[in-house]
Amino acid sequence: MHRLIAQSLAKRFGALAVFSDISFELQSGQSLAVVGPNGSGKSTLLMLLLGMYQPTRGAVVFKDGDALMDEDAIRRKSALVSPYLSLYDNLTAEENLVFLVTVSGGNVTGKRINELLSLVGLEGRGMDPVGSYSSGMKQRLKYAAALVKEPAFLFLDEPMSNLDDQGKQMVRDVIEQLRGQAVIVLGTNEQEDYGLADGICRVGR
Amino acid sequence: MESVGLAGRAFAVFAKDLRLEWRSRYAFNTILMFGVTTLAVVSFSLGQSGLPSRLLAALFWIIMFFSAMAALSQVFVREEEAGTALALKLSADPTAVYLGKLFFNLTMLSILTVIITPLFFILTDASASRPALFVMILILGVIGLCAATTLVAAIISKAAMKGALFSVLSFPILILPLMMLVSATDIALAGRGWGDAVAPLQGLLAYGVVMITASLLLFRFVWRE
Repeated sequence: MHRLIAQSLAKRFGALAVFSDISFELQSGQSLAVVGPNGSGKSTLLMLLLGMYQPTRGAVVFKDGDALMDEDAIRRKSALVSPYLSLYDNLTAEENLVFLVTVSGGNVTGKRINELLSLVGLEGRGMDPVGSYSSGMKQRLKYAAALVKEPAFLFLDEPMSNLDDQGKQMVRDVIEQLRGQAVIVLGTNEQEDYGLADGICRVGR
Repeated sequence: MESVGLAGRAFAVFAKDLRLEWRSRYAFNTILMFGVTTLAVVSFSLGQSGLPSRLLAALFWIIMFFSAMAALSQVFVREEEAGTALALKLSADPTAVYLGKLFFNLTMLSILTVIITPLFFILTDASASRPALFVMILILGVIGLCAATTLVAAIISKAAMKGALFSVLSFPILILPLMMLVSATDIALAGRGWGDAVAPLQGLLAYGVVMITASLLLFRFVWRE
């Protein structure tokens, strides 16, 4: 059982207060939609949860059972899909996936990679350089890159961006598949995505 | 899932950068063109008449320094500009990233050194009477230059004026080892013995050890927010 605990989080960039006093606790099988208008701090909150930003106040705690997880374990068990995240254009999709698993300390088989590429609708394109992909295909590959780590914590920022109807259904299927196993936090301003999560956290005015 | 150790993760970063470089050849072409062009200008301007060993040593390390400045920042700048730094930060231990990038820069500068050094001797008519000493200086010089510039590259990668900032920040850190390198190279070119070069060699070794250790300790803070 994994748990993600946000304790009175606040973030400022200089004089600009992005948000203040955000608290929640999620455990495996629970999901939360962070919602708010553009510029309200949804992406900032997700980055802060992932340790990419330091909170101005408060703390983020990752637990595996009752034990605190260290940075290495958090990296290995967390995955992000975000418009701010890019994969390597000059590597193939397969090379990207193998690299991201290896640097996080794991191993992956060719069979598993093919399964994931098939799951996200990129079967037969694994050996193509990512630079030749459309923006929608890149977004699909980001889901494969997230799932290849078998995440216990999945963070999705604008989860449907650049995706066609089939791609959006793929995302719903992925979330449904992980719903029982992982902590899922998604940031969105699309009302139709709110239903993907069990609860809502509003940020911004 | 089996676990990959720190060395395996660092090698993955190194191999990825080498593969990307092989496909684009951006950093290597930059560093090589800068090195060869500078060397050609220097040799044509000064001619081949017996130049003092001190001057030759200074010219050699000026060429190496500016070649390093031209391309060694690319390991981190490329990640930031392509937007891939976030994927790397989310997946990789900072120590593995630093070591992978350091070995990549060491490889780049070593290849440049292997190409530039014989050209330097041919074009300037210099002679290394102490080749073993000269090779030792080259090894310590490459390590020193890469150890300092890899950390500075990470610092400047998010800045707007990356190129200028890289040189400005690197220069004060590199002035000491460059002085030691010129001094030691002068000794090797003049044919003096190992005994005369002990002090600069010790200094360069210490510099490399201190810079790599400090970089390993500081890198995770530079690599974050």
